Amino acid sequence: MSVLVYVEQAEGKFKKSVFEAVSYAKAIADQQSTNLTAISIGDVAENELKELGKYGASKVLNVSAEQLKTFVNQAYASVIAAASEKEAADIVVLSNSFSGKGLAPRIAVKLKAGLADGAVELPSNDGKFSIKKTAFSGKAFAVTELTSANKVIALNPNAFGVKENAVEVAIENFSADIKQSDLGTVIKDIVRATDKVSLPDAELVVSAGRGLKGPENWGMIEELAGLLGAATACSKPVSDADWRPHSEHVGQTGIAISPNLYIAIGISGAIQHLAGVSSSKVIVVINKDPEAPFFKVADYGIVGDAFEVVPKLIEALKAHKG
Amino acid sequence: MKILVCISNVPDTTTKITFTNDNTEFNTAGVQYIVNPYDEIALSRAIELTEGGKGTVTVINVGEAANDPTIRKALAIGADEAVRVNAAPRDAYFVAKQIAEYAKEKDFDLILTGRESIDYNGNQVAAMVGEFLDIPSISIIKKLEVDGNTATVEREIEGGKEVVTVSGKFVASCAEGVAEPKIPNMRGIMSARTKPLAVVDAVALEEVTKITKYETPAPRGTVKLIPADQTESLIDLLHSEAKVI
Repeated sequence: MSVLVYVEQAEGKFKKSVFEAVSYAKAIADQQSTNLTAISIGDVAENELKELGKYGASKVLNVSAEQLKTFVNQAYASVIAAASEKEAADIVVLSNSFSGKGLAPRIAVKLKAGLADGAVELPSNDGKFSIKKTAFSGKAFAVTELTSANKVIALNPNAFGVKENAVEVAIENFSADIKQSDLGTVIKDIVRATDKVSLPDAELVVSAGRGLKGPENWGMIEELAGLLGAATACSKPVSDADWRPHSEHVGQTGIAISPNLYIAIGISGAIQHLAGVSSSKVIVVINKDPEAPFFKVADYGIVGDAFEVVPKLIEALKAHKG
Repeated sequence: MKILVCISNVPDTTTKITFTNDNTEFNTAGVQYIVNPYDEIALSRAIELTEGGKGTVTVINVGEAANDPTIRKALAIGADEAVRVNAAPRDAYFVAKQIAEYAKEKDFDLILTGRESIDYNGNQVAAMVGEFLDIPSISIIKKLEVDGNTATVEREIEGGKEVVTVSGKFVASCAEGVAEPKIPNMRGIMSARTKPLAVVDAVALEEVTKITKYETPAPRGTVKLIPADQTESLIDLLHSEAKVI
């Protein structure tokens, strides 16, 4: 028995959400009095792989097969399932990232395992292995017991935090047989906006709604976000009107996020929007309507015109940063 | 082209979510059910791809007879036929197995789902169906073009997108951008009443997950209002009190 964590790399690097998944998997391994092994697929340098030891992985399986250099969920799932067998790992952990969402269900079927995706807490230690996960788009949590012998957990970003727990780490090469039929999807192009903070992983988010009146007014939102090192987001009417891309739409039918700080500017706070952001740790609402429902779930609020308040915030932030 | 679209019956997005029986069951009293909004996107794209006699669209739902109005809604939007696997949809693993069993018999070229259901936010069914059928699956796509035997999709990734091609049969879960959701017109609503809705039995499967309890998010304290003329003090509060910047 052991715990296996899949460490997703992007351009040879691990992101914070990966270290979070390793920290989380290490905590489960400690609960179960067992070891944590990580599996990395693709081109990752040895010093980057060694970083995983800092968060508790005592072994890293490094898969560098040529045909697995880019993400193919079907083949990756086969390799991870093979690794879990080799390591006798009955618990597999990964990040609930976009790729993780395409991978975890396939691993679960291969291992005949129950899958808890969107996990926000450690499993219970009462022998039942119950995990709290998000449900109803942030309006509730479902405590889900994984009753199967094998278990797969996809951890939500920003739910557990990164916890240092340094151990000696051994790096091993690992390979598994890849069926040609596992390579059915081919990546033709990857487009990444490198200058922007990715929204699902972001610790700080600045979001704006219809109160901004038009796409031409987003300059100040981007400036504020830039100063904070925050990602930008928007409400549904804004993405529906094509003022902003759909990928920025947070809410019940957009993406659900749980940053440390969510600043909502000119968003009234419809129930569908609140569903996607209510697990943010601190919520700031700026709205000229004192009756906006968003104030009811906010930690800090400013009743005022965004076009006056935001420039002042930008000045204050510049002064704060010195 | 034969397309199968998997639909979930979910509470309307405006539903206030509450639980009964010591927080072990979702309180369905007064809840309006709808076709999961993402599944509508998938269905709308399927209809576009088959318009003008280029194929057929079958919708499948795993659920009990109470779901039939939602399934009829999907027929009103424009699906040609429907099938309901008659069983409570215990979890995604169970649902995906049922869909895979049905799809195995019928030989669909393409299977679509929504990116997630808005009740359990799973995003599991598409990839699980792919695995059960041993065919490719692509999760959270924003664009889907089909040219003969090859499809080109755009898949969302953190901070960008991947352009992916796939040949032959596959499964994909659809997000915003794949299609504009179609709204049923009067003709659609009338014809939906007479379109075929088959009911099939479920296959047995071992249990792998069980929801034991629901929790609602802890209520927040009251909002601390900052006068608009003291905007700058917000930065200090976020720094020294909330400690988030």
